[in-house]
Amino acid sequence: MKNGKRITKNIFLSALALFTFHFSLFTIQAQIAVKGETVWTMAGEPINNGVVLINRGKIEAVGTANQIKIPADYKILTAKVVTPGLIDAHSVVGLAGYMNQPHDQMQIETSAPMQPELRAIDGYNAEDRLIEWLRSFGVTTIHTGHAPAALVSGQTMIAKTFGKEVEDAVIVPTAMISVTLGESGLASGGKSPGTVSKAAAMLRAELIKAQGAKPDAPKDLRVEMWKQVLNREIRLLVTAHKARDIMTALRIAKEFNIKIVLDGASEAQTVISEIKASGFPVIVHPTMFRAGGETESLSLETASKLKKAGISFALQSGYEIYVPKTRVVLFEAATAAANGLSQKDALAAVTIDAARILGIDNRVGSIEKGKDADLAMFDGDPFEYTTHCTGTIINGQIVSEIVR
Amino acid sequence: MKNNLFFFFLFTLAVCSVVGQEKPTAFVGAKIIPVAGQPIENGILIVQNGKITAIGDARTVRLAADVQTIDVQGKVIMPGLVDSHTHIGGGAGADGSAPIQPDVRLLDSFNVRSSGIQRAQSGGVTTVNAMPGSGHLDSGQTLYLKLRDNANKVEDLLIYDQSGKYMGGIKFANGTNPIRATPPFPGTRSKSAALVREQFTKAQEYREKIRKAGNDKSKLPARDLAMETLAEVLDGKRVVHFHTHRHDDILTAIRLHKEFGFRIVLHHVSEAWKVADEIAKAKIPASIIIIDAPGGKLEAVDVKMENGAALEKAGALTGFHTDDYITDSRFFLRSAAMAVRAGMSREKALYGLTMANAIMLDLDKRVGSLETGKDADFIVLSGDPLSVYTHVLLTYVDGKKVFDRADPKDYLTAVGGSGATEDKTVHIDCFDGDLGGRE
Repeated sequence: MKNGKRITKNIFLSALALFTFHFSLFTIQAQIAVKGETVWTMAGEPINNGVVLINRGKIEAVGTANQIKIPADYKILTAKVVTPGLIDAHSVVGLAGYMNQPHDQMQIETSAPMQPELRAIDGYNAEDRLIEWLRSFGVTTIHTGHAPAALVSGQTMIAKTFGKEVEDAVIVPTAMISVTLGESGLASGGKSPGTVSKAAAMLRAELIKAQGAKPDAPKDLRVEMWKQVLNREIRLLVTAHKARDIMTALRIAKEFNIKIVLDGASEAQTVISEIKASGFPVIVHPTMFRAGGETESLSLETASKLKKAGISFALQSGYEIYVPKTRVVLFEAATAAANGLSQKDALAAVTIDAARILGIDNRVGSIEKGKDADLAMFDGDPFEYTTHCTGTIINGQIVSEIVR
Repeated sequence: MKNNLFFFFLFTLAVCSVVGQEKPTAFVGAKIIPVAGQPIENGILIVQNGKITAIGDARTVRLAADVQTIDVQGKVIMPGLVDSHTHIGGGAGADGSAPIQPDVRLLDSFNVRSSGIQRAQSGGVTTVNAMPGSGHLDSGQTLYLKLRDNANKVEDLLIYDQSGKYMGGIKFANGTNPIRATPPFPGTRSKSAALVREQFTKAQEYREKIRKAGNDKSKLPARDLAMETLAEVLDGKRVVHFHTHRHDDILTAIRLHKEFGFRIVLHHVSEAWKVADEIAKAKIPASIIIIDAPGGKLEAVDVKMENGAALEKAGALTGFHTDDYITDSRFFLRSAAMAVRAGMSREKALYGLTMANAIMLDLDKRVGSLETGKDADFIVLSGDPLSVYTHVLLTYVDGKKVFDRADPKDYLTAVGGSGATEDKTVHIDCFDGDLGGRE
């Protein structure tokens, strides 16, 4: 009897909770059916009149409305176009806050030129307004962390764009180590590295030091990180814009037999066969990135030229130091789609291809049974300027219903 | 040798001026969005000697026998875009010596060989208000320019009014940008307003002395170019382009405008959505910027893409600007499209790229819409102006083609790549050669 009372009470509380959440933003772990006139699964051709079933945070089924029967207790959402939740392959959001004041700028630490031991998760503010902003445009996963503004600025991480604390959001705590070859990685005020040659020399010396580290030496967090790089367990995310610096990145990767991901790569077109031969993927500069200095030769067609060459690539929002404090990868993909990239390839660059490059395609990047239920909904062509993102789902929760 | 070169230039000039007596050219078959009036399907636009001589649909516009026709079927023609706030040309105004420097002219530092001009042309921009920065309460005089091709000196880009004076406004700013740690710069918002008030009060007195002196030259005050400029502002001959972000700063700008009666255009206006009714009620135009994310500076944390919609609803004259290099001139059409995404009407958004800005620059009799008698400044687009997939194909200023996407050099400017951002070498009128760098 006592037990019965408790159950009744629990049912009552659950009902109250459900009621409350139903009218709030978050429908925790609800069973949802998303109907879309077009469903871009990114695993095969888009489905016309598709249905995606979501159960316990995962995708339960996807197919045409004829194939899939929606269970009676599922909440039904409809959209013109449904895509996988978008993936921003390189951002600094969460570390570089929207206010752009010293207290919310955690993306760069200037006390030393090489600090691979700095963890992104220790500087990530899961509640920064820019994360909510990205989420409202269908971005569900970000590869973020220390900025491309020092030779080795620190680690990067991969997170969902929802969660109160970093622990709720993170899916890969240490993804890569951010390395910058080129002017933006140089130190100021007479400190080293003062030239790009010096930067390369310092990086080599650091890797050689780690190679020679004795097993019985006292534990050094910095050396530990380099050992993981040398063991090919962690990749370097090497930001290089000039052809000269892209070649330095490829050269050092070869010398030390380490794995890298090229980032930025404004002048990729100039050394496209060399990039292709290296086999390394590229996270291309934001399509609408501002040209100037080492990015003077960037092109709206970099992505399409990489595609033509058969090089694996993803798109990114990049690093902005002023206004706008972040770009939106949806818009960057849209501009790529208007400049030589097919709609499908542009969408892939912010979904499945980005997931593959980041090594998280077992969880996200496409709408397939068993994957995380991360979806973006639109009232038209997702890339069109005047289309709106009408809702975003992460891990089966409706996390944004703002029409934006 | 030098003499030969001189005569060659003369000859070139002569040839060019003969070419200038041109036959009418008709652009046939496009959808024309004149901005003044409804869109015209299957339209005809006729231009001659830099002016629009006819516009209408294929049934109403007659083609003269000597007309040269250009087939633009399936394309869209609209007025050349007017950017009410840009920093192309790399001009710098005031220096660090004082917070208010009305006598400093952007005219004296504008680089006509800046690649930014080609970049803007490739984005369909034909007229701009080139501005000095916002690090001063007043950083100097701005320039209204036409983005003509092959400019060799800034004079080639200037727009002259009926009295023969080149046109421009004056840049003012409030909020955090002009605030600095040490005097003579202001340390607070109140001090900023006080310093502006002080200078305008002086200018009122200066103007009064001139009025009182009448024909008696001995009673004229000592000539002061800064005061002369502010007197022009007080007389309504020079518009104040006021950089302002936060709601309280916007209202301070409006307050100063009311106190001194100067003509004003509000720029950026990040928090316009908070005070849209006040802006509309004061009948002040707003030139807004569309930014892809809020923040980046404290005054812009509340910037909204809905500003255009809010100002439209309130009834304020609303234009867009690039603030190039903050947003890229090549994506100026996108600013209007994003405002439509955030609730602005299509008509007002297109108006905001053209006619609204022309009004703010006192150029609405000449540019901003496609009407007979107006300057032949127009763009040919591959499709709808508000679609991401649309490209600017051709840009015309004064009837002359200044951008052609089919030309490899222009294409490079439009999409970027190696050499796209290099500044131009010297060009003499229609002579299309390289004279061997800058001297």
